[in-house]
Amino acid sequence: MRGSKAFSYPYILWLLLFTVVPLFIVIYFAFTNDAGEFTFDNFSYMSLYAVVFWRSFRLAIISTVICLILGYPLAYIMSRLKKKHQTIAMILIMLPMWMNFLLRTYAWLTILENNGLLNNFLSWLHLPEIAIINTPAAVGLGMVYNYLPFMILPIYTSLTKTDQSLIEAAKDMGCSERQVFTKVIFPLSIPGVLSGIIMVFVPAVSTFVISKILGGGANMLVGDLIEMQFLGGAYNANMGAAISLVMMVIIMIFIWLTGKIDKNGDGEGSVLL
Amino acid sequence: MKYGKRVMAAVLAAVLLLTMCIGLSACGSSDPENTINVFNWGEYIDPELLDQFEEETGIRVNYTTVSTCEEMYAKIRSGGVSYDIVVPSDYMVSRMAEEGMLEEIEWDNVPNAQYIDEDFRNPEYDPQGKYSAPYQWGTVAIIYNKDMVDEEDLGGWDILWNEKYDGNILMFDNSRDAIGVALKYLGYSYNTTDEDQIREAAEMLKKQKPLVQAYVMDQIFDKMENGEAAIATYYVGDYYLMIDELGEDSEVDLGFYIPEEGSNLYVDALCIPKGAQNKEGAEAFIDFLLRPEVMAQNTEWICYSTAESAARELLPEEMRDNDDMYPTGDALDQFETYINLPQNIRTLYDGLWVQILSS
Repeated sequence: MRGSKAFSYPYILWLLLFTVVPLFIVIYFAFTNDAGEFTFDNFSYMSLYAVVFWRSFRLAIISTVICLILGYPLAYIMSRLKKKHQTIAMILIMLPMWMNFLLRTYAWLTILENNGLLNNFLSWLHLPEIAIINTPAAVGLGMVYNYLPFMILPIYTSLTKTDQSLIEAAKDMGCSERQVFTKVIFPLSIPGVLSGIIMVFVPAVSTFVISKILGGGANMLVGDLIEMQFLGGAYNANMGAAISLVMMVIIMIFIWLTGKIDKNGDGEGSVLL
Repeated sequence: MKYGKRVMAAVLAAVLLLTMCIGLSACGSSDPENTINVFNWGEYIDPELLDQFEEETGIRVNYTTVSTCEEMYAKIRSGGVSYDIVVPSDYMVSRMAEEGMLEEIEWDNVPNAQYIDEDFRNPEYDPQGKYSAPYQWGTVAIIYNKDMVDEEDLGGWDILWNEKYDGNILMFDNSRDAIGVALKYLGYSYNTTDEDQIREAAEMLKKQKPLVQAYVMDQIFDKMENGEAAIATYYVGDYYLMIDELGEDSEVDLGFYIPEEGSNLYVDALCIPKGAQNKEGAEAFIDFLLRPEVMAQNTEWICYSTAESAARELLPEEMRDNDDMYPTGDALDQFETYINLPQNIRTLYDGLWVQILSS
């Protein structure tokens, strides 16, 4: 089938031009200095920024866990709805994503500010106000809000694809509702859960706008750090490339590890594996 | 198989088109001879003037905005784009000139340069006056909310370290301005290259951090106008913009002062970057903006200060005779202009800044 193969050429070209070539440019920059000489300095200097890496990973992991806790039951309930209601639920989840991501994050700023909507509401109820804006909690909230759909959708997909006859069989064999879930439904949805985790964790760990807007600039994440190499005072493109490369390697290891867990699964519902 | 060949042909055609697009993207869609690409800060020109310029000269203006000097530098440095006019601040003018990123302006093509005041000719950042024409200038002040701040606390930079205002302080979100504030507070120069002094300033900022509500730039407008914060460091011209936006009967009452230890005076200048496609067009644009009537209209719109007395004469009285916008004599001496710092110091600044923000 030479004909059908030809359809993949545009994509291969695209991949080459906009993924492979830039990747080599990043690698080249990461291992050279301003004068273009080979060096490891960029990497050894990075230890200074360990605390920023740590904060990024901690926040991304917490956000991913919260997304999973919130997203799984929602996806489960959705998959049990009537077909018509499923579509409505799906639209409700997708709807905010049709709006610009920055706009939605700025909206959270208005809500969370000290004089913002939330605190106005709390004081109207004569409840104590909370100071959440410019804290890591606000950044985490922004991440959960923005990335939750990426957790729900793959889980929902794998849940709806679960073979109903397996559930019926389990019930026939005398499983309680709870056992049906823990022994059949949940194990079969693991590929979806893993894709959800990856799809939330990867953008969360590399985000930079959310921390700028909701974190008040004082909750610097790796994304901000990379941005600063280019837009800060020093313009250190080599350092920026090196940090990006380390980030990429860490994310690849993470994806590989996640794939290990899914070794027994058939990959149903998984997006990246 | 025939079908496959046709697909291949289509793909090859697409590739050809794509590469052509990449090759031509720098030139834009229309005739480069008759277009200039202007790269300016946001909200930094009266848009009517762009139309007027196009009408007068027939040169089309392709106008793009940028939010920081460093971003502008990064875009030009990384190549691939070509601009005819950029508006860097003083220290960035000298950095770009040193790195050979600026074209010399042919002053014969810019007769209106005669109106530039003597004080702004051959400035420290462009000693031979080869590369830049002053566009707007201004000073850094402390802006405060009169209802939230006690009058007795005003006066110096120390208010930014006053624990009374815990959680109500806004700081600059870039290393140069923020560390600069601490340097001035300690009585040092903005342009010091003494690493100990810079480290001491960074320590001061780490001490200050628990009191700071947020590190922001243009978000300062919103936060001050909503009474979200009590104290912010920003530009005098922007104080007047905030007052203007708030209107007469606003609940929020803002004031400002220049700290007694001294503050920063900045000049943003019109420059032509190397690789400009239409240098004559760029010079015509500079000449147009330096025309006193145009400069006056623009200055009134931007709310900063002009470097041309002839233009200042044409401003409305409250701007023209405003001593805060046009400090003179002794008042002028308390200001210091940024000059470009060497690369090792810039790297030190960035490193310390990360430490401050993640301390």
